[in-house]
Amino acid sequence: MPEIVKKTILNRDVCRFEIMAPRIAEKRKAGQFVIIRLHEHGERIPLTIADADPERGTITLIVQGVGKTTRELNNMKAGDKIADVVGPLGRPTHIENFGHSVVVGGGLGTAVMYPIARALKDAGNRVTFILGARTRSLLILEDELKGFCDEVKICTDDGSYGKKGFVTDLLKEMIEEGEKIDFVIGAGPIPMMKALAETTRPHGIKTVASLNPIMVDGTGMCGACRVLVGEETKFACVDGPEFDAHQVDFDLLWKRNRAYIKQEKIALERYLKMQQGATF
Amino acid sequence: MGERKKLSTKERLKIPRQPMPEQDPHERIKNFREVPLGYTPELAMKEAQRCLQCPDPPCVKGCPVEIDIPGFIKKIEEGDFLGAVRVIKKTNLLPAITGRVCPQDEQCEAECVLGKKFKPVAIGNLERFVADYERENNLIEIPPRESPKGKKVAVIGAGPAGLTVAADLIQKGYEVTIFEALHKPGGVLVYGIPEFRLPKSIVQKEIELLEKLGVEIVTDFVVGKTATIDELMEKEGYDAVFIGIGAGLPWFLNIPGENLIGVYSANEYLTRVNLMKAYMFPDYDTPLIESRRIAVIGGGNTAMDAARTALRSGAEKVYLIYRRSRKEMPARTEEIAHAEEEGVEFVFLTNPVEFIGDEEGRLKAVRVIKMQLGEPDESGRRRPIPVPGTEYEIEVDTAIVAIGNSSNPLLLQTTPDIETNKWGNIIVDPATGKTSKKGVFAGGDIVRGEATVILAMGDGRVAARAIDEYLQTGKW
Ligand SMILES: Cc1cc2nc3c(=O)[nH]c(=O)nc-3n(C[C@H](O)[C@H](O)[C@H](O)COP(=O)(O)OP(=O)(O)OC[C@H]3O[C@@H](n4cnc5c(N)ncnc54)[C@H](O)[C@@H]3O)c2cc1C
Ligand SMILES: Cc1cc2nc3c(=O)[nH]c(=O)nc-3n(C[C@H](O)[C@H](O)[C@H](O)COP(=O)(O)OP(=O)(O)OC[C@H]3O[C@@H](n4cnc5c(N)ncnc54)[C@H](O)[C@@H]3O)c2cc1C
Ligand code: SF4
Ligand code: SF4
Ligand code: FES
Repeated sequence: MPEIVKKTILNRDVCRFEIMAPRIAEKRKAGQFVIIRLHEHGERIPLTIADADPERGTITLIVQGVGKTTRELNNMKAGDKIADVVGPLGRPTHIENFGHSVVVGGGLGTAVMYPIARALKDAGNRVTFILGARTRSLLILEDELKGFCDEVKICTDDGSYGKKGFVTDLLKEMIEEGEKIDFVIGAGPIPMMKALAETTRPHGIKTVASLNPIMVDGTGMCGACRVLVGEETKFACVDGPEFDAHQVDFDLLWKRNRAYIKQEKIALERYLKMQQGATF
Repeated sequence: MGERKKLSTKERLKIPRQPMPEQDPHERIKNFREVPLGYTPELAMKEAQRCLQCPDPPCVKGCPVEIDIPGFIKKIEEGDFLGAVRVIKKTNLLPAITGRVCPQDEQCEAECVLGKKFKPVAIGNLERFVADYERENNLIEIPPRESPKGKKVAVIGAGPAGLTVAADLIQKGYEVTIFEALHKPGGVLVYGIPEFRLPKSIVQKEIELLEKLGVEIVTDFVVGKTATIDELMEKEGYDAVFIGIGAGLPWFLNIPGENLIGVYSANEYLTRVNLMKAYMFPDYDTPLIESRRIAVIGGGNTAMDAARTALRSGAEKVYLIYRRSRKEMPARTEEIAHAEEEGVEFVFLTNPVEFIGDEEGRLKAVRVIKMQLGEPDESGRRRPIPVPGTEYEIEVDTAIVAIGNSSNPLLLQTTPDIETNKWGNIIVDPATGKTSKKGVFAGGDIVRGEATVILAMGDGRVAARAIDEYLQTGKW
């Protein structure tokens, strides 16, 4: 069972884990993910491989505690073991030197975009990263991104840090100021990705979104991750997770991601109760 | 242990086929426990007396792996149950499984001479009985291993095909590693076929036996992603590879509304329930949407499994919608009977044309059209044709599409030198399982398309023999 070798708390909701998975560390490329299962009763959930150290044999996962499984993971510590980690899954991001690439990370989408920004930079792109979050305490990876991006633009919904507003406002500004943008790629909440697509569509800028549908196996066997791209149904785990944002049916994705909303609430409440029971 | 009784043929013919005791339908739909309860030794010996020990037994020809059927049945009649298992295991490694899931009514039992005038000998039930007897009494013998040959074989996929290859080659003295994509080995036996038809503890036992023999099983390893076949052979020193990855890509109907919440592929539904234990949510974390009225679409074993699983997961009403008539249903006769007893409502000669949802994108009905049967198609079954003007809606909140699977391209995309046919199945030499790539063999559903457990195991056995020969001689 893969061991957590290091855990860092990034903010109230987000933790970074380095996990021993030598084969995946060696093989993974930007844009790929793993599926993990915490224990015998656990669910299989996908997480982006944010980084890897092939020499030490570790992969880095950045996890936002939104429901039962991600919170349970965020409560684990270095030395703990995870039942299953499988990957690298999904298609790697198509990386080339586009010229000026704008990478957009909303909230946790930043973790998903981080390795991609790096790969774009390594391929010779000029990289502008637009980093957004609801509020300052939820911003992640600012220093790391500033370390290699040509520019990092920051915004928060409440104006507590950087510009007040949405990532798409910053992107719109750049476009309006006549900046030459050759490629946009982003990840974040579904409404953000939809807005991103609408921001670039009129300007014909090639735009890719990394989608986050519900998955089970992650190998194309079940079809849980169906998304509609153009007129075609795709399995995001094998055909994606990245797709042409101008073609994606974001409304469908949003609806499908709410399929288990009732059960997720039950699971989370039960987990929180059990935890309280354990502490008091 | 006794002698075979001196009964006349006439006396033997008088014995009725011994039914297998079963859980009561009203009870069993409330649990996931196995439905048929198994023979007692007395019942088994009685059933065995029905076999006429035909000199040129047609039943054997009906069995894809040609088990010496009269041979093992004779041993049962004599009370030598372990002797019977030994006869079976000469050609069939997993009798506890095949005894339960083989389509006997199309294979061994279909050919039994008794079948013409009476009911055929219950070959499957007897096979299951002796295998259970051996396992439940902890009498499984660990077969001897030949001395190490110093060669390594990689088996991709831990379904029946892969497990068979591994078992045969480990005994021959090879080092064998199975690479399995999921977190549990067993293939369809664990993620597809439900507990009430094939208890997972049985599959588990077989896998433990393999591990005891020295087979290494690496789960969470997707060949094609975690490593490619070339990497396994060139970097990691595997001398031969067997591909047994099954047919794991679900077909959908391609009709409007198929992406509504509540429309599942059978693979997803069964995986959630069987592998992830969603029926025990929230004790297990994997959820299932709350379903009251379910439509299962299809007529094969998968459809029956989905329908019966749905009943046990708390649905009030389960429809099974099939576009042809009962006669053409490919499922095992026993499963159809079980589904019916349990209250699944069959809607024959009917096909979905559209899934209808509410404003949240959740399924609320399926629109169907009546069909009639026309001329036979290439499969020899009469082709269903829609009857215009007969559309109507069935109110459901969940639909499970169980119309088949094709091959998953994930692995084969990374091996362009393995030839496939237009359906994406691997092309092999049927006598050896050899693919177009040197050192690589294949068998089971990835070669045949969706087939059966026993055929997958048969392929495994053929390939194991050919792999042994290839590794001994180096000749391709
Ligand atoms: C390709 C991909 C990469 C991802 N990368 C990251 C990442 O790097 N870091 C991170 O924190 N999160 C990532 N996610 C999202 C993460 O998988 C979900 O947050 C997680 O599954 C939620 O599980 P939960 O039990 O904690 O919450 P729940 O309460 O069960 O669910 C919260 C929400 O998460 C989504 N979700 C639920 N179950 C699944 C599932 N099995 N698969 C996918 N989504 C689900 C649903 O929209 C749901 O409403 C990624 C998702 C995908 C598809
Ligand atoms: C619901 C259902 C019910 C059925 N009922 C019956 C029945 O009653 N009787 C009967 O005879 N047959 C039945 N079948 C058919 C039977 O199960 C299959 O024919 C048989 O399992 C095929 O065996 P296999 O070894 O070829 O593949 P599978 O059993 O499909 O196993 C393949 C394995 O390979 C793994 N794999 C796939 N890709 C990779 C990869 N890239 N890397 C590593 N591992 C990989 C999969 O995870 C899986 O574990 C049923 C099938 C289903 C789906
Ligand atoms: S393996 Fe299957 S077909 Fe062969 S004898 Fe046993 S039940 Fe019949
Ligand atoms: S055909 Fe029937 S009666 Fe004859 S040997 Fe086979 S099982 Fe026995
Ligand atoms: S997650 Fe099962 S097919 Fe994509």
